[in-house]
Amino acid sequence: MPLPDAEAAFESLAKKIQADADRDFSLIGIHTGGVWLAERLHQELGIKQPLGTLDVAFYRDDFDKIGLHPQVKPSEIPFAVEGAHILLLDDVLQTGRTIRAAINELFDYGRPASISLAALVDRGGRELPIAAQYTGITLELPADKMLELRRDENGKLSFHLYDKNLPE
Amino acid sequence: MINRNPQLDEHGALQHLLTTEGLPASVLLHILDTAESFVGVTERDVKKIPLLRGKSIFNLFFEPSTRTRTTFEIAAKRLSADVFNLNIAVSAQSKGETLLDTVNNLSAMNADMFVVRHSQSGAAHLIAKHVQPDIHVINAGDGSHAHPTQALLDMFTIRRFKQDFRNLRVAIIGDILHSRVARSQIHALTTLGVPEVRVIAPKTLLPKMVERLGVHVYHDMAKGLKDIDVLMMLRLQNERMKGANLPSPEEYFKYYGLTPEKLSLARRDAIVMHPGPMNRGVEIDSEVADGKQSVILPQVTFGIAVRMAVMSILAGNQV
Repeated sequence: MPLPDAEAAFESLAKKIQADADRDFSLIGIHTGGVWLAERLHQELGIKQPLGTLDVAFYRDDFDKIGLHPQVKPSEIPFAVEGAHILLLDDVLQTGRTIRAAINELFDYGRPASISLAALVDRGGRELPIAAQYTGITLELPADKMLELRRDENGKLSFHLYDKNLPE
Repeated sequence: MINRNPQLDEHGALQHLLTTEGLPASVLLHILDTAESFVGVTERDVKKIPLLRGKSIFNLFFEPSTRTRTTFEIAAKRLSADVFNLNIAVSAQSKGETLLDTVNNLSAMNADMFVVRHSQSGAAHLIAKHVQPDIHVINAGDGSHAHPTQALLDMFTIRRFKQDFRNLRVAIIGDILHSRVARSQIHALTTLGVPEVRVIAPKTLLPKMVERLGVHVYHDMAKGLKDIDVLMMLRLQNERMKGANLPSPEEYFKYYGLTPEKLSLARRDAIVMHPGPMNRGVEIDSEVADGKQSVILPQVTFGIAVRMAVMSILAGNQV
């Protein structure tokens, strides 16, 4: 099936966030795709404060089922979460479980003034009461398909679709 | 496979951590990489994550050890596990209960993990072979055999300060003969690709045919320390000093104690490590222990993160 253009989706997302740029967001990207988005946005919006990165592996709810994620990356938040207006960035929003984990992790750093969510794609299928304030595009996909964001060596973003139960 | 490593399951996933011997580099590196993320957790205000919530970890210490037991306890608590410390030296075993009966009883209390320290080599292996497949065992030191988490935290410290293992000269200095730490270090260093591992010790403190482990043997600090990047000191145990292995602590310090003068024979950017507790004035001079090249206290900090990594990888590898 034809997949949407990830670059166009990013532009659409960036525009929506830019409209609220006076809100003085602190950016945090969720590994790995969300970090790419946060890096681009950080540059394009000219945000001075350094951006944070979050790997939610230690807060996931499927540890008892699948164990520890094989490549955990360090979470790094180079600013005080306490009192900050945080904008979380993730590539694909589906069940909402990753966002639940991210929110829990953030609260172990401090009590933010607010947390908003920006997702490049909202593909539906929510299992938790979570919604994005900013969405690049919305997409209907069969549940057994995995949508993945990739970044090539020139920094260009693209979508890839594959069967959930099969390795690529 | 008949000779499968008892620490790995049929898919090569780590089920127990008993020794660094025979573990592939990929498993060692996965532990070190995971520990990097736990260092961040231990630097936060809230030093706790919910990963092992509801899991029961038993510290079975058949040999007294305050420090190692405490680091395992801190690691488990930061993972939100429930930790139970059993000081077996003064409990059931002194009433005549066998090792495996003790383990059976604790398993019946739904233990998820055992951390075992024992004066007999092979004790942790014995327990690992005996327990149900959903229980994991970590060796926290068995006799003079192995102390894998110490070796892993040493590898983590080396990587933090020296980045790459593949261009290093490392010297292990002191009582190699009785040291479980040294054995675990040697296996880990060679597996991770350190091209030159030296041991420096008097003949009476070296095991026979130690060269077979792939190390170069030196009896003289001046020769052995030349071009060295990493110095791994070993603790000289009091009982060895009194025994026939050594004339006196003073004599040992004169030839093998790490003084600023001896350290200056190594590379200028060499780091000094020690597993603790230190005998100042016996194997190491205070000026070196507290000096700029010492990474002894970072070793302690990293030890927590490395033990958190081992515990969470094991707990996640369910059959």
